[in-house]
Amino acid sequence: MQDEKTLHDEQQGLPGGPAEIDTDRRKFLTKVGWGSLAGFLAINSYAFLRFFYPRVLFEPPSQFKVGFPNDYPPGTVNSQYQREFGTWIIRLQDGRFFAMESKCTHLGCTPSWLESQKKFKCPCHGSGYYISGLNFEGPAPRPMDRFKISIAEDGQLQVDKTIKFPGVPGKESNEVYPQSLLKA
Amino acid sequence: MNSLYDKVKKNLIWKSVFRRDYRDTARNRAMAIFGNVFLHLHPVRVRESAVKLRYTWGMGGITFLAFIILTITGVVLMFYYHPTVDLAYLDMKDLEFQAPYGVISRNLHRWAAHFMVIVVMIHMFRVFMTGSYKAPRQFNWGIGVILLVLTFLLSFTGYLLPWDQLGFWAITVGTNMGAATPLIGYQGPFSEFLHITPYNDIRFALLGGAQVGGNALLRSYIWHCIAIPLISVILMFVHFWRVRKDGGISRPQH
Repeated sequence: MQDEKTLHDEQQGLPGGPAEIDTDRRKFLTKVGWGSLAGFLAINSYAFLRFFYPRVLFEPPSQFKVGFPNDYPPGTVNSQYQREFGTWIIRLQDGRFFAMESKCTHLGCTPSWLESQKKFKCPCHGSGYYISGLNFEGPAPRPMDRFKISIAEDGQLQVDKTIKFPGVPGKESNEVYPQSLLKA
Repeated sequence: MNSLYDKVKKNLIWKSVFRRDYRDTARNRAMAIFGNVFLHLHPVRVRESAVKLRYTWGMGGITFLAFIILTITGVVLMFYYHPTVDLAYLDMKDLEFQAPYGVISRNLHRWAAHFMVIVVMIHMFRVFMTGSYKAPRQFNWGIGVILLVLTFLLSFTGYLLPWDQLGFWAITVGTNMGAATPLIGYQGPFSEFLHITPYNDIRFALLGGAQVGGNALLRSYIWHCIAIPLISVILMFVHFWRVRKDGGISRPQH
């Protein structure tokens, strides 16, 4: 105890002496130590978050072919690609095609096409849509979304889910998005 | 009889496990609490007013009891359950129809889960109505709110695991709510400005993909069985510890 006190007094007695230098070094090392830990944790936190976003998905492709135009009679809704691709291929009475996402605009359930009533009906909360995707009953806030449909080189219809035509509230998508319709 | 008693209790093995006898002295009663790892979070002495059931309703303790039942039955269920798209629903049916005591394990888990959600909310209601969130218990109220959210998340992630229509659409709807969240969801406000798509938003991280599929089932399973219970247990011990440190369990003033 006595020794420490003596040492302390001696160090205080030396202006700019080893005591101050040591304190600076200790402060510096403390900063380096805590800084390294903080950096380590920051990098790890980033890695942990990034980890939840996989690079490769084993989901169906976003562009797919759905057969030839003559396979589809006018005025029908084809639900063949609903399960795998979440898409209906619809041909209107006038022969024009469009592809619509099978996803209710309320909370994302899959509506069913009811042929006898000529409407889409969502089983979750009862939203109803006309064949064009325009909502007319239930809690749905807007018409259902459409995807780009075109003719591929081999003459088949091709759907591109990366190009989307989102339904506008209260508007008929046939009029808002003429480019979503395909004449074939 | 006495010789059997001596044989069992008066030897090195018994004495190494049980350090004390059970003579009813104040010292022994105290030692029984803080000499036991399972009881040491509990105070050695409790005021008579602290055990008045009409004040606390015992809801926090009952919530913890539900959690213990859920942990035990949950581990039991894990022995039969594969978290894969092909097997999850069938395993759930196996538990109900084929596995010995499967149906009681599953139903205990299910009912205890509903029970825990209800009881934890009543617990929060009681804490609020008795003003037990006030100083010096503000911090513990915060921990409690996090535990409430974790309880809801446990309930939500467990919902998908039977892989039936109910769970599937509940998770579809729930994660779509995530997608509609501002700044972090692709359907939410500012998503176009921040270039948030279905492939880099919060929903994608929850589902492990852009649709509810095998990855979503596996992620739900891991969150439900490992990650959230682990976080909950840590916070529960902080919660119980702070109850003691903040002056013991809340009790009537007079």
